[in-house]
Amino acid sequence: MELNYEKLGLRVGFEIHQELDTHKLFCNCPSALRDEEPRLEVKRRLRPTQSELGEVDRAALAEALKGKGFRYQLYPDSVCLVELDEEPPHLVNEEAVDITLEAALLLNAKPLDEVHTMRKIVIDGSNTCGFQRTLLIATGGRVEVEGKSFRVPTICLEEDAARKMGEGAELIDYRLDRLGIPLVEIATGPDFFDPYTPAKAALYIGQLLRATGKVKRGIGTIRQDVNISIAGGARQEIKGVQELALISTVIEREVQRQWALLEIRDEIKRRGAGKVVKKIIDVRGVFSKTSSEVVRSALRAGGTVLVVKLPKFAGFLGKELQPGRRFGTELADCAKLYGGVGGLFHTDELPAYGISQEEVDGLRKATGATESDAVVFIADVKEKAEAALSAVVDRANQALEGVPEETRRALPDGNTEFMRPLPGAGRMYPETDIPPIAITPLRLRQIKARLPELPEKRRARLVEKYGLGKELAERMSLSENLELFEELVRKSKANPTLIATTLEETLVSLRREGVRVEVIQKAVLEELFAGVAKGKLAKEAVSEVLREAARGVSVQTAIEKLGLAVMGGAELRKLVRKIVAGNRELIERRGRAAIAPLMGILMERVRGRADGKLVHELLERELKKRGAK
Amino acid sequence: MSGYRGKVQQLLRAASVEVGDRVRVEKAGSVYEGVLMPRTELGDPNHIVLKLASGYNLGIKLGKGAKLVKLEKGKPPRLGIPPLKIKRDPSKPDVSIVGTGGTIASRVDYRTGAVYPAFTPEEIYSAVPELANLANIRVIEACNVFSEHMTPELWVKVGKAIAKELNAGARGVVVAHGTDTMGYTAAALSFMLKDLFRPVVLVGSQRSSDRPSSDAALNLIGAVTVAGKSDIAEVCVVMHGSTEDDFCLIHRGTKVRKCHTSRRDTFQTINDIPIGMVRGGELKLFRDDYNRAKPKGRVKVDGKFESRVALLKVTPGMPSSVIEGMLKARDKGIVLEGTGLGHVPESLFEGIKFAVSKGVPVVMTSQCLWGRIDMKVYSTGRDLLQLGVIPAEDMLPETAYVKLMWVLAHAKGVEEVSKLMRTNLAGEITPRTRPDVFLKPVFSLKASD
Repeated sequence: MELNYEKLGLRVGFEIHQELDTHKLFCNCPSALRDEEPRLEVKRRLRPTQSELGEVDRAALAEALKGKGFRYQLYPDSVCLVELDEEPPHLVNEEAVDITLEAALLLNAKPLDEVHTMRKIVIDGSNTCGFQRTLLIATGGRVEVEGKSFRVPTICLEEDAARKMGEGAELIDYRLDRLGIPLVEIATGPDFFDPYTPAKAALYIGQLLRATGKVKRGIGTIRQDVNISIAGGARQEIKGVQELALISTVIEREVQRQWALLEIRDEIKRRGAGKVVKKIIDVRGVFSKTSSEVVRSALRAGGTVLVVKLPKFAGFLGKELQPGRRFGTELADCAKLYGGVGGLFHTDELPAYGISQEEVDGLRKATGATESDAVVFIADVKEKAEAALSAVVDRANQALEGVPEETRRALPDGNTEFMRPLPGAGRMYPETDIPPIAITPLRLRQIKARLPELPEKRRARLVEKYGLGKELAERMSLSENLELFEELVRKSKANPTLIATTLEETLVSLRREGVRVEVIQKAVLEELFAGVAKGKLAKEAVSEVLREAARGVSVQTAIEKLGLAVMGGAELRKLVRKIVAGNRELIERRGRAAIAPLMGILMERVRGRADGKLVHELLERELKKRGAK
Repeated sequence: MSGYRGKVQQLLRAASVEVGDRVRVEKAGSVYEGVLMPRTELGDPNHIVLKLASGYNLGIKLGKGAKLVKLEKGKPPRLGIPPLKIKRDPSKPDVSIVGTGGTIASRVDYRTGAVYPAFTPEEIYSAVPELANLANIRVIEACNVFSEHMTPELWVKVGKAIAKELNAGARGVVVAHGTDTMGYTAAALSFMLKDLFRPVVLVGSQRSSDRPSSDAALNLIGAVTVAGKSDIAEVCVVMHGSTEDDFCLIHRGTKVRKCHTSRRDTFQTINDIPIGMVRGGELKLFRDDYNRAKPKGRVKVDGKFESRVALLKVTPGMPSSVIEGMLKARDKGIVLEGTGLGHVPESLFEGIKFAVSKGVPVVMTSQCLWGRIDMKVYSTGRDLLQLGVIPAEDMLPETAYVKLMWVLAHAKGVEEVSKLMRTNLAGEITPRTRPDVFLKPVFSLKASD
C-alpha cells in the first residue's frame, strides 16, 4: 500500500533500551542469563496500590483484573534477595551511572545536577516489587542523522525486567536472571514523519552506544519501543522490537491498522450504531447437539456458552487491520487477556469450525440480532467467559470512538497485538531506599576526558591512517576488537588490512568451524603478525597457524610442524621453473593468460609458504623469459 | 519550608515559591519545568527538587546564573479517597485494630510522590477490601512510635488499650506493630494480660504497604482472620510463613523471634512449632495445647515491670567489670546470653558472684537460640549453678529479659524470682524439645511442588 505519510500526519518517536556490560543495577549479582532449569521457584502476587484519588493506574488496574499470580524462577548462585524483593536495593551501580553519563554526553545531552531514583508502577509481575526503578540522568540531547537533527529529550538508567517464560491459567512464569540488569533508555522526540528514518536513527544511536565499549552485544541486549500516531488516531507504544529491520514494517502496519480502525468508526457511525450494552446471555441450549469440538469440550468441563450482540458491527469483525489480523483478532486479544479464555467466535467467520448455520441462526435469535449486527460468543467457564465478553464490549465501544491508546507487543512479522492500555502519566514516586546521587563537575570532566570517538570519525580515521577499505573500516569501527587491532598494528608492523581481516573474518569463520579461538592469547597474535611482517611466514599461512594455536601449539612450533616456513627465493624459483616447464602446452595455447591457472597450481604447492605477490612476480618473470605472449 | 534551608530557602522566598508550586528553572542553557518537591533534611542544602510532568524527580543546584520563576500556585493535595462506607454487619465479628505507629496500609500521591498512611477503617477497607468480608473493623491508636523506640511504659499503654477493647466486646484485637521489637512487645503482653479470653494478634510488614509487593495485606488479612475467627485466647504474632504470598504462621508470643533483617518470613517460632497457620481466610491449627477462648471474661492488665534489667551477650574473655558496671548503674536483674549450653568465661565469674551477693538475679539463656540450657554437663556450668545462676531452660533471651522485668516487679525475694523464672507462665518454656524444630527449609523446592 503506497501511503502519503505526511498527509496522514504520521508521527514517530522511539526508545532504545540497551543492556550495559556491568553487574546488576541495585545488587552485586552478575548480569548473566541462564538457560538451565531453575533451581528454585517462588510464587507471589501483586496488589495495585492506592493513588491519591483512590484510583489505581489504568494499566495497573488492567493487570490486577487479570488476577493472576506469578511464579519466579531463580538460581541461588546468581540471583539474590534483592531481585526476590526480600532485601532493600543496594546503592546504585556507579559504573552503570558512568556509562549512562558517557552515552548522554555522546548524545549532546545535559546531565542533571542530582539524580533521583524513582519507582514506576508495573504490576504485570515482571518486577517482583511491583515497580521498575528508573533514574533520569540527562535531558536535552540532540543527534544528527543524514543531515537532519532530531531531539533526544531524555536519557535514563533503569533496571531490566524479569524474563517471561510462560503463562498458564493461574500463574505467569518469570525468570529472575534478567531482572535488575542495567539498561540505558534513550528516548527520541516524536520527530520522525516517515516509517524509514527511525531505523537509521536507531542504528546510529546503537553504534554510539557500542562505541563506549561498555554495552552488551547479542540478541535481546538492545530493544526498541516505537511510539506511533497518525492524525485522528491515537498514540501507541509498541514494545520490544528487537530487530532494526523490523521498525519500518511495524510503523507501516500500525498506520494501516489505525487507518482501518478509523474507517470502521466512520462506517459504523454512518450505520447509526449506538453504545454497545453488556447484555450477556447464556446460550448453552443452542449448542446441545453441536459438532464443534471447542464448544463440546468446554461444556463437558462444566463450562457454558455466553454470547453478546454488537449492534451494526456485522462485517467489521472480519475486516483486515493488518495482514492476517482482523478487528475480530483485536477483540480476541482483549478476551484472552481479561478473561483468560482461549479465544472467541464471531458471526463474521461463521458457519465454520464445526459450527452450523442452524446454530448461528439460534445465536441471532437468542440475542435478537439482525443481519447488520455481529454476535460474539465464548465457550468456557462462566466467570472467565463473562469477563472476556465484558472486555469485548468495552473494546467494541472504543471502536465507536476510533483508536484507543494502547501498549502493544511487536510480533515477529511486524504486526502488533494488544498488551494493556497505555499507562497513565503519573505512576511514579520516589524510591525512598536510595539517596539522590549528585553528578559533580569533576565526575563529568573525567568522563569527558575519555569519551570515545564518534563512529563516523572512527571510520574515517581507519581509512586514512590504516588504509582499510570502506567496508572493513565500517566493521572495524564497530568491533569490540578495535583496541586490539590498533595495538597489533603498532606492535607487529604487519599490514593493517591483514590484521583487520584476521580479527573480523578469519577468526569468525574458524569459530564457526568449531575451532576454540577464544583460547588464543593476545601474545600469540602479536608473535604471529610480527612473523608475517618479518617474512617468517606468509600471510596465507595465518589461518593454519591459528588453528594450531587454538590447540595450544606455539606459533614457532606450528610453523615448523606445518612446514610453513617461508620458501627461500632459490627454492621458490626452482619450483616456478619446474611448474612452467611441466605446463608448456598450456602456455603455448594461452600465452600470458596461462598465468591464472598456473598461479592456482603454484599456490596449491606452496601451501602458504610463500607470499602470493612474490610467486606472481616470479611467474611473470619466468613466462617473459620464455617469451610467452 | 519542607527541608529547604540557608541560601536556597532565601532564593525560594525571594521568588515567593513554596513546595507544591509549579516552577521554571533556567540554568546553563537548560530549562526545567516542574513542581517543587520537599527535600529531605539529610540532602545537600544547595539543591532543589522538581517533579517533571513525566513523573521523574531531579535535583537542581541553585547556584549563580540559575533563574527561578513561579509558573503556577500549587494545588493543595487532595487527600480524600472515595469513602468506602460500610455498615456494621452484625453477622461478622468485631475486630479492633490497635495502632502503635507503623503504617498498616497506605497510599501514594503520585503528584507529589508522598506516601500517606491509612488510619480510618474506611481508608483501611479501601486499601484491603477483603477485610470487609471478614470483620467489622474499629481502629484505635495507642501510641505513635517506630518499633525500635518502644518502651516498657508503651507496652503497658498498648496492653491497656487491648484490654479496653476486649472488655468492651471486641471478638479479638489486632495490634499493628513495627517488626523490629514486635517479639519483645508480644512477650510483654503475654505476661501482662491476665485472664485473656480472646485472641490478641500482633502483625506487621517487612515491605512497606505503599508497594504492590507489600506483605502487609496478606498479613493483615491473616491477623484479622485469627482475631475474628480463632479460639486462640493467647498473644500471638501472625506474619508470612514463607517467602511466597501464600500463608501466614501463627506464632506464640513468647516463642517468636525476628530472625532475618529483611525477609517476609523473618518471624520464626524457636524451639517449638507454631500454633497454626492461616491461608485464604482459613485456619489450620498444628496443636491443641493453647488457651481456649471463652464467650465471657474480663482481661486484667498486670502491667508492673522493673525496667532496670540488662541483657548481656557473653563474649570470650569478657571481664567482670562489665557486670560491675551494670550493678553501678543500679540494674536489678541480668539475663546472660551465654555460650553453648549456658557458659561464660572464667573472667566473668567474679562479676556474677558479686551480682548474686548483692541480691541481683542472674539468668542464663543461650546465644545459640535453638536448644535448651543445661549447666550440669560441663564443670563451667556446674560452677555457675554453684554461683547461683538461674538456668532459663529453652527460653528465648529476649523473652527471658522481658519475663525477668515482669517477675522482678512481682516476686518477693530472690528465691521467688528463681522459682518464677523456671516456671512456665505464658508458654515461654516447653517441657520437651521436639526433634523437628531446628531451622527449616525456607523455599519450596521445585521437586516437591
